[in-house]
Amino acid sequence: MKSKKNIPPVLEIKDLRKNFGNNHVLNGFSLQLYEGENLVIMGKSGSGKSVMIKCLVGLMQADGGSIRIKDQDITTLGQVELDVLRTQIGFLFQGSALYDSMTVRENLEFPLRRHKDKLNMTEHTETLVLEALENVGLAHATDLMPSELSGGMQRRVALARALILKPKIILYDEPTTGLDPITSKEIIGLMRSIQKKYKTSSLIITHDVDCARVISNRIILLVDGINYAEGTYQQLSQSNDPQVKAFFKH
Amino acid sequence: MTQSLRIVERIKAFFTEIGDLSYFSGRFFKEVFARPLEFQELLRQCYNMGNRSLLLVGVTGFILGLVFTLQSRPTLMEFGAESWMPSMVGISIVREIGPVITALICAGRIGSGIGAELGSMRVTEQIDAMEVSGTNPFKYLVVTRITATTLMLPILIIFGDAIALFGSAIVENLKGAVSYQLYFNQVFDAIKYSDIIPATVKSFFFGYAIGLVGCYKGYYCKKGTAGVGEASNSAVVYTSMLLFVIDFVAVFLADIFFEI
Repeated sequence: MKSKKNIPPVLEIKDLRKNFGNNHVLNGFSLQLYEGENLVIMGKSGSGKSVMIKCLVGLMQADGGSIRIKDQDITTLGQVELDVLRTQIGFLFQGSALYDSMTVRENLEFPLRRHKDKLNMTEHTETLVLEALENVGLAHATDLMPSELSGGMQRRVALARALILKPKIILYDEPTTGLDPITSKEIIGLMRSIQKKYKTSSLIITHDVDCARVISNRIILLVDGINYAEGTYQQLSQSNDPQVKAFFKH
Repeated sequence: MTQSLRIVERIKAFFTEIGDLSYFSGRFFKEVFARPLEFQELLRQCYNMGNRSLLLVGVTGFILGLVFTLQSRPTLMEFGAESWMPSMVGISIVREIGPVITALICAGRIGSGIGAELGSMRVTEQIDAMEVSGTNPFKYLVVTRITATTLMLPILIIFGDAIALFGSAIVENLKGAVSYQLYFNQVFDAIKYSDIIPATVKSFFFGYAIGLVGCYKGYYCKKGTAGVGEASNSAVVYTSMLLFVIDFVAVFLADIFFEI
């Protein structure tokens, strides 16, 4: 990893705030994600991780703070500009969020039909779909419906869909939640291989300490909507702070 | 909370919902002609809503025509007016019973289906996934469905009316020995443009209301899977009420403009 001070972050959140009535979910959360980095955000349920990631892609409006992705402040972008920026971000949803009325092929074609020409992607749609499915080991599943796939396969198809526009940043919302340990390892392995192949920067939200150990370059611990602790897995797992220890003890 | 405060809160919630529904409706008109037109999806929805409702509308229309004629016959016979049967049935079905019954059936079949489908997509984050992929889910899911119901309902109503009249003709043929040709000649003699035009115009509004409420309830579905059932159920309830309001307004306006 290059020195953080020399290169600008690809994604930067400053002092992010979000309230739901009197419930203050995010209270000034900040982070920087650098090129090629795997940054893991950990925190208890209800600590604001999912709200943060939804603010990041414009699914929720933040009440305060700034979010800059590739030097563009997303809080000031119009819908058209935001849609263009979103093509540079892949998003893996916690429940996969595959379109259940479409086949696997149609799920992957869906983002392409709108953005393929705008992104100057010269390859044929079929080639792009097959390439994305081969990356996740599911080239044989093109004509299956999501309901015919196992949980792990659904997560892999969702990952292929997140990759289809070849984004530079990938956001993972609980990528291993609800999967058995073996499938979880497979998904983590895929995430690593994709990061190497496409040189993406990844922001990963997870409860899974094993996932964080294997994949993270850096971890931020989110407590009560603010950055509580930050460091590598090694540093945090040796911390004496009770809140940090509670997360990393096995 | 006191009873009066509770009532005030409910009234406030009712008007807030009306406001939200109006905004939703306004957004539909803003986006309906904006590109991309999503023509493929529109055709798919037209097929789903139109073609797949034909059997239900047809069977209901047929039974409606049969029952209506069977039950009206004795009364008309009492006054020696059974020869008025084709005119009476024709006008009643074309003007009022056909459109309203077909619209209510479609509110149950199509409106609840839209509410459940979009609600399920909302709670499983499929709508969010569309948005994140840079696609406008409102345009793709909502605009196509509302347009499809608006276009398909008049066709379904015309189809339902035709089948109902056919059902009525069978009863008249069997019970009154009226030939099919005579029956339909009398029906078409009785029906005027002032019957057809208001009925056709209001059927577009019926279709629009079914699509609008179903999409609104599904698109803003909350509370997980329980919310999906609630969205589906309330889509039918709200649409049914709205259909009667639209019908009342349509009859009122038809009375002014066509002096029916």
